[in-house]
Amino acid sequence: MFEKNHLRDSASEQRVFQQRMIASLMVFFFLAGILAWRYVNLQVFQYEKFATASDRNRIHTLPLEPRRGLIYDRKGVLLAENQPSYSLAVTLERVVNLDELLIDLQQLFDIDMRSVEKFRQRLNRRTPYQAVPLKFRLNDDEISRFAVNRYRLDGVEIKAQLVRHYPRGEDFSHVIGYVGRINKKEQEKIFSDEQRRINYAATDHIGKIGLENYYEETLHGVVGSQYVESNAHGRILRVLQQVDPLPGGDLQLSVDAELQKNVVELLKGRRGSVVVLDVHTGDVLAMVSAPSFDSNLFVNGISNESYGKLRDSIDLPLFNRSLQGQYPPGSTIKPIIGLAALYHGLITSSSTINDPGWYQLPNDERYHRDWKREGHGDKVDLFQAIEQSCDTFFYDISYRLGIDRIHAFTKQFGLGEKTGIDSFNERSGLLPSRTWKRASRNKPWFPGETLNIGIGQGYMLATPLQLAASTAALATRGKRIEPRFILSDKTPQRSNKEEVGQKDNTNALVNASETGVSSGSSENQLDDIGVSDYFWDEIHDAMKSVVHGRKGTAQAIGRNIKYKMAGKTGTAQVIGIAQGEEYDAEAIAERQRDHALFVGFAPFEKPKFAVAVIIENGGSGSATAAPIARKVFDWLMLNDTNNDNKAKPASRELPVYASNSPLPGVGIVSLNDSEKWVHNAF
Amino acid sequence: MPSEFFRSLPGGSGALRMRPNTWKKFRIDWPLLLLLIMIASYGLVVLYSASGQDADRLGGQFMALLVAFVCMLIAAQFRVKTIKTLAPLAYLVGVLLLAAVPLWGVDINGATRWLDLPGLPRFQPSELMKLAVPLMVAAYLSGTLLPPKFNYLLASFTIILLPCGLIVTQPDLGTSLLVATSGLLVIWLAGLQWRYVFGAVLSVVASAWPLWHFALQGYQRQRILTLFNPESDRLGAGWNIIQSKTAIGSGGWTGKGWLNGTQSQLEFLPESHTDFIIAVLAEEFGLLGVLTLLILYILVVMRGAYISISAKDVFGKLVAGSITFTFFVYVMVNLAMVSGMLPVVGVPLPLVSYGGTAMVTLLAGFGILMSIQSETD
Repeated sequence: MFEKNHLRDSASEQRVFQQRMIASLMVFFFLAGILAWRYVNLQVFQYEKFATASDRNRIHTLPLEPRRGLIYDRKGVLLAENQPSYSLAVTLERVVNLDELLIDLQQLFDIDMRSVEKFRQRLNRRTPYQAVPLKFRLNDDEISRFAVNRYRLDGVEIKAQLVRHYPRGEDFSHVIGYVGRINKKEQEKIFSDEQRRINYAATDHIGKIGLENYYEETLHGVVGSQYVESNAHGRILRVLQQVDPLPGGDLQLSVDAELQKNVVELLKGRRGSVVVLDVHTGDVLAMVSAPSFDSNLFVNGISNESYGKLRDSIDLPLFNRSLQGQYPPGSTIKPIIGLAALYHGLITSSSTINDPGWYQLPNDERYHRDWKREGHGDKVDLFQAIEQSCDTFFYDISYRLGIDRIHAFTKQFGLGEKTGIDSFNERSGLLPSRTWKRASRNKPWFPGETLNIGIGQGYMLATPLQLAASTAALATRGKRIEPRFILSDKTPQRSNKEEVGQKDNTNALVNASETGVSSGSSENQLDDIGVSDYFWDEIHDAMKSVVHGRKGTAQAIGRNIKYKMAGKTGTAQVIGIAQGEEYDAEAIAERQRDHALFVGFAPFEKPKFAVAVIIENGGSGSATAAPIARKVFDWLMLNDTNNDNKAKPASRELPVYASNSPLPGVGIVSLNDSEKWVHNAF
Repeated sequence: MPSEFFRSLPGGSGALRMRPNTWKKFRIDWPLLLLLIMIASYGLVVLYSASGQDADRLGGQFMALLVAFVCMLIAAQFRVKTIKTLAPLAYLVGVLLLAAVPLWGVDINGATRWLDLPGLPRFQPSELMKLAVPLMVAAYLSGTLLPPKFNYLLASFTIILLPCGLIVTQPDLGTSLLVATSGLLVIWLAGLQWRYVFGAVLSVVASAWPLWHFALQGYQRQRILTLFNPESDRLGAGWNIIQSKTAIGSGGWTGKGWLNGTQSQLEFLPESHTDFIIAVLAEEFGLLGVLTLLILYILVVMRGAYISISAKDVFGKLVAGSITFTFFVYVMVNLAMVSGMLPVVGVPLPLVSYGGTAMVTLLAGFGILMSIQSETD
């Protein structure tokens, strides 16, 4: 029974099990088929898609920063170079936990909170996969500390970078300006232009002020690119392909570094400005605004403390007096007013006036005083009036000229308008007129105000550069020139920030510097004023007598002089002096003393150099400003006889890190090599 | 007939007909051994690349394989009857150990799965249950007539659910599901009525919603959501799936070559030497490499199915079938998970993924299979 049962059941059990086994195997083959299909689908039908995704994972394009153009003085002295510097940089895309990493890095490299905050700001403005710098100028110790800890610092790298350095930062801060990290506003502007956005992809610094700003497009160069393979942690393993960046164009300035340095020395301890121009070409041979600052401070971000000191200093070291300082020209305006009177036939060289020490307008009780209380005598002619700076004489001819004619004539010397020098932020001074007064003050012009204009006071204001340029125009008998910082035969295409495309601009620059295309001084020359030579001689002779004449206001500097020069002193009031009040320079506070001015040109026979000197609160022009001008002329004339003061591109100083190769890309190779070295070393 | 089909396979008959008794004497199934050695060797080649050419890791895996193969041969020496007798004991010990895990277990990454008993290497009791549960269910059901009655079914489910419940609280959903699968496979092979099968399927579908909201942990839900839309969390949970699919897809027909997979060598692929190792294989050896491995696995399953069919008693049939198909479930879940068809549940690829414990259990199972085979006529 049991046996039978067992047999029957065993057979049925066998059947049940076999059914299940067959069903299981069917399911099994079905599932195996699905799996196989899944892999066929991924690996065959979607191959292209995933192959691309895989390459995108590992291959990235990195922009390569072009080497910024170097800046030389007219003799080839290096004024702005690029020095290698190592910075700690973080690529956000590779970082697992930024907050933890930052705390870690802060402890490792002793980074303060402010740097971290600044880093976070930069982080918000970065482009994808851009390594954002956190700490700059790492020393050897910090670099080795990074190497030791690198294994746990995913996404952190040491970036070798060329950083701007100004070997003569103090001397040239107001001329060259400086570069600084690109700020938010600048970044937005760059991003608004697709071509510029690409070109600045690797660039951290941009010209902020001065020539660095004005010639930004020229100096910047064209970005290069690098295709790199990197692992999941962002470590670059090898460079697959590279397009070298095109270095920025070098600038050669018209400024003479040695003269500039001497002038800086002359102005030490003073506030003021000296501008030296070549009267024929407009070359700025020196332009100093004192006090100054070290432009290197700004390159990697100046500390709040240092910046506060500069900003809040009563001496305004950040203020570029040469281009932006507007001063009453004082008596230095007199040669031009005198020329106007001759030109309009109001006087001749033999016309004289009586100077009792004051001047009164008809039907006006007010006394207009001469600086000399007792007056210059009863027969003062134009020659004497300029030589001895007689105010009364100029009150008289100004009154007779009237404001309209003074305005029109003086304007021809470039006063009241920008000189057009190749730098931004130049100010235009102020050449008052009836229209101007009506527009700005809503008042009519009063005759008494004309008298003040005649002696360069009142509303009239001029920048030191304008004074130098108008003096140059006097020296060349009316051939006005546009002052320029770039050596006249090395002019790159002028950078117009809005209009000039980057590529075109750079090409133009390369051509200009290779062929040495001259834009010549004739192009640069403005309208001839059209005054007869006889009148010019009259004014020139009088200005010569200021220095060389026995009674000249600057006769003190004419002693033991080996050449002949022409000049004019000026002493401009800073505070108004009430009617009948005594003026005592000694007694009033230093900051309220008169500004001392001097303008001049030399050599007298064949004018070549024009100089304008302004010493704020310097007292009198003859005592303070004129001796400085003399020393400048001495240097110029001495150098002028020894050599022709021409540029010497052949003897250019070479920057320390690399040769100044004319081949594009060669300069940057050293950077790339060092970058590779950094990657390999760690 | 299926039996004729299987007989034509290597080892079915023919090839070593001259001395099948020699193999039987040592209780070794040589076709199964050969296939397993082939897969393990293939795995070592892939592992060397996946571990970043780490010779130490390769050596460790080799030693683990050696130990596991020895365990397999030892397991093969047990008579089927002995195994059946020991099954309840193994099950009981396993359940006790599982119950001990929450009390004396070691916490790793927020989960308590390991037990550190003095005098023993650290181990996971859930590994033991992968074998103990199917053995226990098979032993239990072989005492009744098939198909089993309702009472037997209920008892069987209880046998399965008790350890699974303990494992799921560790929490270790993946292992718990695999243990359940191995037990359920026995019931299914024993002839579970179709009405229960369909009923179970329906109830699973019906319970999906409450399960989703109440039973699943946040990270488990995230895994499932990420599966359907990996791009939603590119750098988080989606990263693994995106990178593994990219690795597989970019392998193409023939792959990028050994040691040349950019996804794996450049460390874009996570867990490349453990759960995601198939992605390394797919990237470096291409579709051909994947299909080669898949065919080896299929041959193992077919050999196992043959052993199951030719087993002389019900216990042997059920155990052999369950072990064989559970093995395939591991393969399937891993391949599907890495290629983005299933959520990431942490199932290693048998014999290929790095890791010793799972391999010992796996090969001990194949040892039991060999024991069953050696007692066929």
